[in-house]
Amino acid sequence: MIQVEQLSKRYGPVTAIQDVSFSVEKGQIVGFLGPNGAGKSTTMKILSCFMPATSGTARVAGFDVFAQSLEVRRRIGYLPENAPLYPDLPVAAYLDFVAEIKGVGRGVRRARVAEVMERCFIADMQHRLIGKLSKGYRQRVGLAQALIGDPEVLILDEPTIGLDPRQIAEIRALIKSLAGQHTVILSTHILPEVSMVCDGVIIINRGRIVARGTESELVEQVFPTARVELRVAGASGDVGDMLRAVPAVLSVEPLPSRDGTMGFLVESPRDRDVRSDLVALVMSRGWTLQELHQVGMSLEEVFIRVVAGEEAEEQALLEAEAERVAGEPPAPPEAPGSPDMPEATNRPETSDRPETPTRTETR
Amino acid sequence: MRWLPIFKKEMRLYFGSPVAYVVFTFFLLIAGWFFSQIFLFYSDISMRSFMQPGMGQNLNITENVMRPLFTNMSVVLLFFMPMLTMRLFAEEKKSGTIELLLTYPVRDGEVLAGKYLAAGALYGVLLALTLLYPGIIAGFTRVEWGPIFTGYLGLVLAGGTFLAVGLFISSLTENQIVAGFGTFGVLLGFWIIGWGAEFAGGNLRSVLQYLSITEHMDTFSRGLIDTKDVVYYATAIALALFLTLRSLESKRWRG
Repeated sequence: MIQVEQLSKRYGPVTAIQDVSFSVEKGQIVGFLGPNGAGKSTTMKILSCFMPATSGTARVAGFDVFAQSLEVRRRIGYLPENAPLYPDLPVAAYLDFVAEIKGVGRGVRRARVAEVMERCFIADMQHRLIGKLSKGYRQRVGLAQALIGDPEVLILDEPTIGLDPRQIAEIRALIKSLAGQHTVILSTHILPEVSMVCDGVIIINRGRIVARGTESELVEQVFPTARVELRVAGASGDVGDMLRAVPAVLSVEPLPSRDGTMGFLVESPRDRDVRSDLVALVMSRGWTLQELHQVGMSLEEVFIRVVAGEEAEEQALLEAEAERVAGEPPAPPEAPGSPDMPEATNRPETSDRPETPTRTETR
Repeated sequence: MRWLPIFKKEMRLYFGSPVAYVVFTFFLLIAGWFFSQIFLFYSDISMRSFMQPGMGQNLNITENVMRPLFTNMSVVLLFFMPMLTMRLFAEEKKSGTIELLLTYPVRDGEVLAGKYLAAGALYGVLLALTLLYPGIIAGFTRVEWGPIFTGYLGLVLAGGTFLAVGLFISSLTENQIVAGFGTFGVLLGFWIIGWGAEFAGGNLRSVLQYLSITEHMDTFSRGLIDTKDVVYYATAIALALFLTLRSLESKRWRG
């Protein structure tokens, strides 16, 4: 439904996005994740035909966003960042304007507007001027205008920003209910939101896609090993080495001791559960098992690892560059990122691990 | 036909905010002041012409009241019209609503038409309110409606030009004050450029005279429809609207 190939956008000397490629299947909800200024909004502005790309192509519902802009715009509902609306119009009048401009027939317009207001929980504010609404209500009016006309594709830039927790839950449920019928691409920097709402994730940092896939795929890519936290009491000797001797254990890292117990972080391949072997070892040695649990890898950890890892690499790159040019007149620093940014799977920390599947093209 | 929702939205915004009422109030106050002064002066002259036989021969209420009134109104409009057009694009750019507007399935031309016609309709209401003045005259004496019709035609064309220029300048900036003053400056420039004609000679003189934006009004207020003047305003409107369309389209190219 959405195909993006090699999309780049430069604002003068600043590169907002660089060679972004991805695609979204019909009926899916895809979350666009990234720190502030990563290029999420820029990508969405291009997809919504508001702004042309510097290079590359983007197609929505089979139409090119630049060459067939009008066809694309007939099929999308767009919620820009911060929901820019006309403060001097009442909610219902505004939505009626949007419905009319999107070609909703005169006869059904009133019913459609009422329906959308109901779905977005703004019916009670319909006669209020938009400018007098709170941020949460305004955000929901913005979402309502995107939903009007029942577009095939919804492009939502931070749809839950400014909402209170209950409203966030309601709006997430609403977005989730759109799956199947509509293709949704939404951006956010709230990580649990993606896990809750989206079928797939695209992580973007500094204008490049650094990882994509479903949540579990990303976790596997970034953390190719399973990790278990073990705490024992009454142990003596080199417990670490004994643990390392257990078959399939890849590494053992001591954790700070707590309440007189020794803690270890034990890594193993994903397909081997070493917990029973660890228990057997503890039993045979006569230690007391205090705690044994798998360390879950959340999307949040993936995100931090991917984004922070990238920044660390870049920092190293810049330092090396600075050393190289030391003494020479200061040259402008390289554009962010070297030409081949390592993939999420090639973190230095994990490079000595068994080969993991390279970035899977899931969509 | 997608211009209609934009037209309706703009009308709602004009009348839903104080803009329309403030412009109407002050324009009508000033125009009414001009009318009453001219009218009183005219009645004074008429009175005196009783005493001096022959003087009344040149007295004509259309020529002596409506014509100066039209000229004065066109100059006052020069100050007022930028306030009607300055918000049309600048406000949408500033508040970011242009991002939604341009991603709705409407052509740039339809956006332009909706906005221009809305400003035009507001101006039409304003002009209709000034019909009170010839109405008052009709209460005292016989009115020649022909020259009044051409006078209003001239105001419609001149006002349409002011609005088109204002719309264009509003599309260039996101600052309403810049849009307002820019428009005012350009219109004022085209008004006073005609003054230079007095001291210029030859071809330059006729060029300067032709460019003057209010010069062309006078023919209409005398009761004449000269194609030269119609062409002047029509080309000015067409050029300004064309440039606005290009300015909107360039947004899609440049981002």
